[in-house]
Amino acid sequence: MSTLVVAQIGPASSVQDGGRFGAQRYGLTPSGAMDKLSLAAANSLVGNALLAAAIEIGPFGATFTAKGGSVRVALSGAPRPADVAKRQVEMNTSVTLSEGEKLTLGFARGGSFSYLAIAGGISGEPMFNSLSVNARAGLGSPYPRPLQSGDVFEVAPAGDAPELRLELPKAGGPIRVVMGPQDDEFSDEMKAQFLGSDWTISATSDRMGYRLEGPPIRHLHGHNIVSDGTVDGSIQVPGNGAPIVLMADRGTSGGYPKIATVITADFGRLAQTPAGTPFRFKAVSMAEAQAERRRYKDLLRSLPGRVTELTSSAFNIDALFTANVAGHAVSATDVTTWPGLALDSSDHP
Amino acid sequence: MADPFPPPRLLPSGDSAVTVEFSRTIDETANRRVLALDHALAAASLAGITETVPTYRSLLVHYDPCVIDHATLGANLLALSAGTLAPETEVRRWRVPVCYGGEHGIDLEDVAKALSLTPDEVVARHVAATYRVAMIGFTPGWSYLSGLDPTLQMSRRQNPRLATPPGIVAIGGIQTGIQCLAGPCGWHLLGRTAMRTFQLHRQPTFLLEPGDEVSFTAVDAKMFAEQERAAEGGELIAERIAA
Repeated sequence: MSTLVVAQIGPASSVQDGGRFGAQRYGLTPSGAMDKLSLAAANSLVGNALLAAAIEIGPFGATFTAKGGSVRVALSGAPRPADVAKRQVEMNTSVTLSEGEKLTLGFARGGSFSYLAIAGGISGEPMFNSLSVNARAGLGSPYPRPLQSGDVFEVAPAGDAPELRLELPKAGGPIRVVMGPQDDEFSDEMKAQFLGSDWTISATSDRMGYRLEGPPIRHLHGHNIVSDGTVDGSIQVPGNGAPIVLMADRGTSGGYPKIATVITADFGRLAQTPAGTPFRFKAVSMAEAQAERRRYKDLLRSLPGRVTELTSSAFNIDALFTANVAGHAVSATDVTTWPGLALDSSDHP
Repeated sequence: MADPFPPPRLLPSGDSAVTVEFSRTIDETANRRVLALDHALAAASLAGITETVPTYRSLLVHYDPCVIDHATLGANLLALSAGTLAPETEVRRWRVPVCYGGEHGIDLEDVAKALSLTPDEVVARHVAATYRVAMIGFTPGWSYLSGLDPTLQMSRRQNPRLATPPGIVAIGGIQTGIQCLAGPCGWHLLGRTAMRTFQLHRQPTFLLEPGDEVSFTAVDAKMFAEQERAAEGGELIAERIAA
């Protein structure tokens, strides 16, 4: 049995999968990966089920060591410098760590969460059919809390299949929303201000909610409504007028008016928007939102079919690119050149 | 006969959930209609509905738009909402022990003072009522109960406590509630119960259901400590009582 040891890891890193559904009526939030497309990409590269549990790595660096045998992993999501024994590792490729080798990940650049999938998956005890960490409820396996240095994953030894790569379509543009459920708590001017302003995500944001900075959004009738149910992407507006987008670890109910809801297809892209990078919202119709949701699910399901062998030429091009980027300060616009999902501010209208 | 109730409002909550809103305020009839629709939907077992979340005044219905389209779902929700209230016969009733005051109910004295009552009078009124679980939400097992004696109404604390112990029984506004897990709370702490509305590795994991009826009974600190140990071992502590 091989193991993958967490040699060092920053805060906001935890095991996450597709989420824990079916008990929201008891106050149990689904949790799950903040960016499910990136989770699915990482899993596709190591032959796992699309939404199998992987390690969600927050903005800070991390190192992992293979012990007791070789371990195959793949990295997707927020781009970051990565190497194994001085060999550059590209985003959206698989890589095999030989016994004793260390995978070193730098800070995320142009995104927030990266996903490290392990071939054969993460073994643990599912609770409500999920291994996802929900630290407040004490749920998650093998560790019901964010990861710490010294944590160990027991994993299947890597085979000798070729390494794989995956090209993801570039995504950008405004974050699309369906207005409501409580948009009638806001004047037309306030709705126009919500849709017409630049927003940035505050540094105090976390997996529960993204606090937005921008012009205050005022309510027509005050900010207290009787609590009702929330979804991933509910945009609630508390008394101070600064919207909060409810994310994967949201409370299942909330007592502030919700002006709009981020569409399923754009939730992961919002989750990956770095703090401080301006973006806009755009209202779309229900029909468009649901068509985009279908396209998003189709894209997700298509990932295993898009995986190709990592040839040496492709590797070299990427390695050169990474080496170049790694040595310089990275501007927000560099992000689009990565095969990732991060939002580029220049894509806005 | 004409439907005695106005139809609910269907409010979009993104591309895969709809809020069925019966009222904008905390309203006894609205909450019964929420629970009735929840029952009716479960009985109808419509393909494409993934889960439902009852609250005081609305039912959030999660669905898969690839299986059931928005218009079909809406028509079904309106039809199932018409003229029904939760059937009395299915209601489960629980007696829940609470250790009031002292270190377990640190706000009891202040509440009594603010309401010009004695602490004993506050407790007497709190245990005299029969409550209904109007909703469970925010964090696992946090049960919001309707039916508080109106003379015990008071606004929430100006400064919510950032940390409260598990099992608190508190009042806030026109509600009382049981917060299962330790966490922040802006309500007034009257006491604690050893009952755990949410406990892993216990059957059932979640004890209370929306629509259940709850009454409280006062126990002393020694009994509370014993019940805490029993709860640790998986006992329910709450007692199911006959209708």
